[in-house]
Amino acid sequence: MMKLDMSALETQFGAPAAGEDGGLLFDVDGASMPAMEFPNCPDFDRFQATTKDMVKNKRGTTTLAFIFDKGVIVAADSRASMGGYISSQTVRKIIEINPYMLGTMAGGAADCQFWHRNLGTKCRLHELANKRRISVTGASKLLANILYSYRGMGLSIGTMIAGWDEKGPGLYYVDSEGARLKGNRFSVGSGSLYAYGILDEGYRFKMSVEEAGELARRAIYHATFRDGASGGCVSVYHVGPDGWKKLSGDDVGELHFQYYPVQKTPVEQEMTDASTA
Amino acid sequence: MARFDPYENNGGTCVAVAGDGYCVVAADTRLSVGYSILSRDQSKISELADKCVLASSGFQGDIKALQKNLAAKELVYEHNHNKKMSCPAMAQLLSNTLYYKRFFPYYTFNVLGGLDSQGKGCVFTYDAVGSYERTGYSAQGTGAKLIMPVLDNQLKSPSPLLLPAQDAVTPLSESDAVDLVKDVFASATERDIYTGDKLEIVVINSSGIHRECIELRKD
Repeated sequence: MMKLDMSALETQFGAPAAGEDGGLLFDVDGASMPAMEFPNCPDFDRFQATTKDMVKNKRGTTTLAFIFDKGVIVAADSRASMGGYISSQTVRKIIEINPYMLGTMAGGAADCQFWHRNLGTKCRLHELANKRRISVTGASKLLANILYSYRGMGLSIGTMIAGWDEKGPGLYYVDSEGARLKGNRFSVGSGSLYAYGILDEGYRFKMSVEEAGELARRAIYHATFRDGASGGCVSVYHVGPDGWKKLSGDDVGELHFQYYPVQKTPVEQEMTDASTA
Repeated sequence: MARFDPYENNGGTCVAVAGDGYCVVAADTRLSVGYSILSRDQSKISELADKCVLASSGFQGDIKALQKNLAAKELVYEHNHNKKMSCPAMAQLLSNTLYYKRFFPYYTFNVLGGLDSQGKGCVFTYDAVGSYERTGYSAQGTGAKLIMPVLDNQLKSPSPLLLPAQDAVTPLSESDAVDLVKDVFASATERDIYTGDKLEIVVINSSGIHRECIELRKD
């Protein structure tokens, strides 16, 4: 069976020094993980394509993030679909990597959940090894390198890493094709085109936190309105110098009537009940 | 030339409902291949720890392998930590176990139910490669699309993502939840050819695990 290069999943601590007083500080053997196996088949790609159609894994959908003068705003919907079936309306697509960094989930739910958790582990190990927090640049590079090594194998991840480090606010787009882009404004997912329309129109660098949050909320709402694969609740987070804070969580069904209240139509003639004979 | 297909869908449905202090996990016992029924008495439920029960539908070969695998890992955990695994810990372990076969997945649709460390019911629902979420109720398998809308109607509570957080609706009592599960399976059996024969219901509460079996339509 082919074995994959699993150096990305290894811990950063080497074998414990022999003969030191007290014995082992870290049980490295317990932490070693089995390599991910490949099926032994003649046509790997066709196998992956067939399996993907068969199991119809959960996929996620509209996320956005942008930098403005007071930090980074990150927003996402909460719908997950399995084929045409809505498997959940309460998915957490904004993943809290650590208290000052957020990641978003778009594409395969399992891929995003697993690799973000793995990234969180690596960021923590970096902190312990270097006695300082990892930068957004560094964290996004760690993730991008892992995803590049799996390029072509069918992972589906479109994520944004947003955070505040020593250089100020940082935002990177990282995907399973191996792309890693630094930028000020991104939207990812099947509803991203609709979100970009609202986001690009309303964006200004100087905004208050409330205005920025409202822009993000409206952009995601419009994406859920037109994209069948987006829906549920809009979650909006703000990342500032003190870390991230959740600004709001609103059901899109209620947002619709907030933005477009029902107009009372003038009544010309009212129907009255027929009198019983 | 016939190509070997490593997968097969053996059908079946699993449901779990969590409440305050209890969790109900249920699955039918029919094993099918195509239009044939191979067994009317094949359990899909596995008790992994004293407060943690797994129900899986999909391909029986992968279900048996997965449940055995998890039981073994749970035993290793017990030996290393001198206590049984909690349900949230098992939930993460199941997710990782599924994801490590990302390129040759376990064709299983799982629902994990049990009590968390505070004694409240929890249900974790999975896709085939390990994406998971803690919810109040879930259905997986061939009858899931018939059952889930009914559970949404009876049990749906305000989303945990809302801010300011809203209280969940008063949950059902344990006996009402068991009745709901029985009704929901009876309905699914009417319209799904892969669901039927017998229903195994496992209830986990503070006094332990309690099993019950009721008959379903065999046609």
